[in-house]
Amino acid sequence: MSGEASLDLRLPIGGLFTVLGIMLAGFGLVTGGNTAMYEKSAGININLIWGVVMIVTGLIFLALARRGAARA
Amino acid sequence: MLASGAIADGDASRVVGPQSYPPTAGRRRIGALVDLVPVTHLTAIDYAVMAMYFVFVLGIGFALRRSTRTSSDFFQSGRSLPPWVTGLAFLSANLGAQEVIGMGASGAKYGIATAHFYWIGAIPAMVFVALFMMPFYYGSRARSVPEYLKLRFDEKTRTLNAISFAAMTIFSSGISMYAMGKLFNLLLGWSFDVSVLVSAVIVLAYVFAGGLTSAIYNEVLQFFMIAFGFAPLVFLGLKSVGGWSGLTARLTEEAVAKGFAPGAYTHAWQGMSSASTNPLGVEWFGLVMGLGFVLSFGYWCTDFLVVQRAMAADSMIAARRTPLIAAVPKMLFPFLVILPGMIALALTSTAGGIIPAKLAANGQPLLDSAGRVVMDFDLATPMLLIKLFPEGMLGLGLTALLASFMSGMAGNVTAFNTVWTYDIYQSHIKKNASDEHYLWMGRAATVGGILLSIAAAYVAGAFNNIMEVLQLVFAFVNAPLFATFALGMFWKRSTGHGAFWGLASGMVGALLHHGLTLPNGSTPGIKGGFFGQLHTYPSEMAQTFWTAIVAFTTCVVVSIVISLATTPRPDAELKGLVYSLTEKPQDQGLSFFQKPATFAALVLAATIALNLIFL
Repeated sequence: MSGEASLDLRLPIGGLFTVLGIMLAGFGLVTGGNTAMYEKSAGININLIWGVVMIVTGLIFLALARRGAARA
Repeated sequence: MLASGAIADGDASRVVGPQSYPPTAGRRRIGALVDLVPVTHLTAIDYAVMAMYFVFVLGIGFALRRSTRTSSDFFQSGRSLPPWVTGLAFLSANLGAQEVIGMGASGAKYGIATAHFYWIGAIPAMVFVALFMMPFYYGSRARSVPEYLKLRFDEKTRTLNAISFAAMTIFSSGISMYAMGKLFNLLLGWSFDVSVLVSAVIVLAYVFAGGLTSAIYNEVLQFFMIAFGFAPLVFLGLKSVGGWSGLTARLTEEAVAKGFAPGAYTHAWQGMSSASTNPLGVEWFGLVMGLGFVLSFGYWCTDFLVVQRAMAADSMIAARRTPLIAAVPKMLFPFLVILPGMIALALTSTAGGIIPAKLAANGQPLLDSAGRVVMDFDLATPMLLIKLFPEGMLGLGLTALLASFMSGMAGNVTAFNTVWTYDIYQSHIKKNASDEHYLWMGRAATVGGILLSIAAAYVAGAFNNIMEVLQLVFAFVNAPLFATFALGMFWKRSTGHGAFWGLASGMVGALLHHGLTLPNGSTPGIKGGFFGQLHTYPSEMAQTFWTAIVAFTTCVVVSIVISLATTPRPDAELKGLVYSLTEKPQDQGLSFFQKPATFAALVLAATIALNLIFL
């Protein structure tokens, strides 16, 4: 049947979060000096911080998918 | 299902589904679109985030295309999905954008008491469907909820349910599209037509290609987008307002200023002994029986939109775990979706300007009878997002919202194409066709469903009153459903005639109750009282809950009387369909901690703990 055999959902979740995380963290690094821009987020560079959180989450999903594939 | 549009009524109606009850006060006129200056605009990074999300969405559909070969693959995911996937989709199918926005609106309006819609209005029913009903849905091998009615009762009961359900899915999907087009027009100045058409094409593409699996995968993806888009919003919001203690302090001032008890916004159970002392305007009995029992069980236990997710699980035990897995994030979601509304209210009362005023037809701010400006609570969450997120994160937050509008549409379309193909087309139009033919019909129904949804979205825009009436009709149709299922599953003596006439009279009972009562301060019409005025309720929510209680009771009484007067089916035919004639799932080989019952007990204990914390 379809489901498992065709596509492990952890792959696209991990992929999407890693890519989005890199984009946000990268944008956060570039705009880090722009204090006016981060005034609205209480002075926190939320792009950088949350980008890193998303990268870590994405990598965890990718690692789980890899482990699942190795088992199968 | 449906979301009657919390966005349209600014209330919590979405939680248990629009079908479940008519929306409450303050429904926004969804008449002609007004061209306003957009609130904000997106920059390149925001569009890049959005575009990347859609690349993955379409990629999932494309990747699943080749493995979608049979009608079972297309409509039931080949009953092959692991429980964490079906569990998160079970939750996510209900977590449309209207829910996210509606819960924020209710958070701003009622405070933490909105969490009742989760802790009372969802968790107990989710535990019940997992432990007691899933064995019949999954074990009977029915392919849809209406098909279970056919197996248990008869063709006419199935058809009544299938047709009303199919109509509702289209209606909800259209409302979802309409709400999306309208919101993004307001926030970003996007053209209504373009956002509706583009999102319809994307949903069509991935559902057409990968069927239910594609819809479910994207629902899970959307679940993570909402969680990761809203967690930082709550974090930044609490930081801006001075933490939980700062929030409590400001909302206490706000409550006192409005004449409620000081803790009205930050305690869930204060003043629930009487309808007049809490912002919901409902007393505890109406809340627990109406919302917690009739509406909530009616939605979570019988609505094919959510049950279909569990039926796609790879085994009986996975199907039973599906709603339990969904219950864990469900009980925590109030912190993600209700808190933003409360924070927006707190920031509005001091800093001013987060929640905008509702505008009257002449463009002037609307005033209530006391001369105070009426706030447009539906915009609480989106405005907070725009207020606190810098570019970059703003793209992520708005993509999460967009994603949930679209998966709301996709969920309805997959439920529609299944019920249309199996319960209407195969049972009434073309009985013994090949599997390829039904697969083809499923894809055709997907196209048809999307076209009808687009039409419904435009009808919603043009004829607001028609949509209000329809919403009310669906609320009546759905109110008695749980009684029929409960009697069918747990009382072997109940018959097809009893079920059909019970359902029909429950609907009439709901209509009569609504027509004979009126919420305080309303004029007779869509709000009720069109047959006369026997009773006045303190709030629309109270009236809604009692309409459900009346419909349920009528359905139970009529079903029992007619069942006793008609011939029951022999026991042998009801094996696997009725509790007393079905072998109990043994859960053998499972350790104590693996059993669904243990899981369920933990879920209930955690829910009680949450209620005690926010007492």
